[in-house]
Amino acid sequence: MPIPRFWREIKQRYKGIGSRCENCGKIYFPPRKICPECRRESFQKMEEYELEGKGEVVTYTKINEPHPEFEMLSPYIMAIVETEEGARLTGHLVDADIEDVEPGMKVEATMRKLGEESRDGLIYYGYKFWPLDR
Amino acid sequence: MQNSEKRSMTEVHNLRDVAIIGIGETQIGELWDKSLRELGIEAGLKALKDAGLHGDEVEKLYVGNMSAGKLINQEHVAPLIADYAGISEVPSTRIESGSASGGMALAEGYKAVASGMEDIVVVGGAEKMTDVGEQEAKDILSSTADQEWETVFGATFDSLYAMMARYHMDNHGTTKDQLAQVAVKNHANAAKNPNAQYPRETSKKFVKNAPMVADPLGMFDCAPISDGGAAVVLCPAERADSFDGDPVEIVSLGQGGDHMAVHERRDIGTMKATERAAKKAYKRASVKPQDIDFAEVHDNYTITEIMAIEDLGFFEKGEGGRATEEGKTELNSDISINTSGGLKAKGRPVGAVGLNQAVEAVLQLRGEAGERQVDQPGYGLIHNIGGTGASAIVHILRRWS
Repeated sequence: MPIPRFWREIKQRYKGIGSRCENCGKIYFPPRKICPECRRESFQKMEEYELEGKGEVVTYTKINEPHPEFEMLSPYIMAIVETEEGARLTGHLVDADIEDVEPGMKVEATMRKLGEESRDGLIYYGYKFWPLDR
Repeated sequence: MQNSEKRSMTEVHNLRDVAIIGIGETQIGELWDKSLRELGIEAGLKALKDAGLHGDEVEKLYVGNMSAGKLINQEHVAPLIADYAGISEVPSTRIESGSASGGMALAEGYKAVASGMEDIVVVGGAEKMTDVGEQEAKDILSSTADQEWETVFGATFDSLYAMMARYHMDNHGTTKDQLAQVAVKNHANAAKNPNAQYPRETSKKFVKNAPMVADPLGMFDCAPISDGGAAVVLCPAERADSFDGDPVEIVSLGQGGDHMAVHERRDIGTMKATERAAKKAYKRASVKPQDIDFAEVHDNYTITEIMAIEDLGFFEKGEGGRATEEGKTELNSDISINTSGGLKAKGRPVGAVGLNQAVEAVLQLRGEAGERQVDQPGYGLIHNIGGTGASAIVHILRRWS
């Protein structure tokens, strides 16, 4: 991924900054410039909002055939997580046994290394999830 | 108002009726000896020949292609194919909507003819996927998901569908056996299709014992990577009888959209884009799901077919798996689903898929589908999904008379 493309999203990936529609109060992650519910009424009314980082598993899978970049982690668990604020996101679930994962499982975001460009290249960091009860 | 609901799509919108008068398709598979342009030309020329045309009658060419830029490092493929088909003077446009590129190209062709802008339009689809390795082709497929908020975190295309499958199993009791039955049925149909990539039967045991890709989906729950091309020739239906090919009418179409990322959808076990597309197509055609005799649905994974037959209204939500297990979607049962073998077994030349589906529908409606012929079909439906379901297109067809 080109450096500026990653750099533009550092705030969201490192700190979980989403957006809140000041018109209806709904919270979005990743941030949106327009609230899909309020559309025109939300224009210029989307404020930055930092997610707490806690949520629960909506659904999940164990990946056996990963992208080569993630080969070393294979097999690993991907999950769709609904945060306490109501936003949903996709992330890697670490430090959990697949047998213990189920919808509704409480999880928390944790800052981890996502990947790297090359030996000397950019290292990507971002959120992953781990069980709240660990 | 009540009257207007009974009027056809073309009457309501003041459009011309549109017919398919020619079809052509290549073999689907790993075709090492064929390039993208050759696949496009072969399909197009077969379609023109079927219609009894020479090529100089063509007024417009649409090409469905998902990712020639990444797969063969070639953009601007519509004029390339037109040129090598010997019709470089004909205006041509490529249409891209992920794996729904073919279906969307057909919709554009329909609109060009229905509106009165053009009379003879060729719509082709072609994809050359095996010039890159399998892993690279899979990564390119996953670029139709949200690259910045899904795949960068480690999600593969397979895993996004696997999560839909898991959700469907948890919420509707769908089983791995039922998923496997989709593959078994589609392979049985493909065994009767000479153009299929995998024209052979398989067993539930074999599908279930295949290596796991992303739980609960195994290797045989996934469609292959394929090369192939398909094309149709369109004309105003009122002129259809003056050409060679037995005409089939495109009665209506509907397109639907949804959130790009899977996580953004509240009900991950439903494809809203399909529901929305189908609703429009049924309304415009004044038909109900029960009126459809056969359908080619987008089965890039076994779970996708189960969701599709529910979201298209053939079965209640949550009943798709059970209906499949009970044989209700087999050839000449309640509704014949994926008589061609589908993406699963006929193959997935990704940007051509929507046209492959159209070719199958025309063969069925003409009564030329051979061993896999549906018994006297009235209406056929084709359904093509882009990416993980952010776009979908449905066409309804019947024999022109």
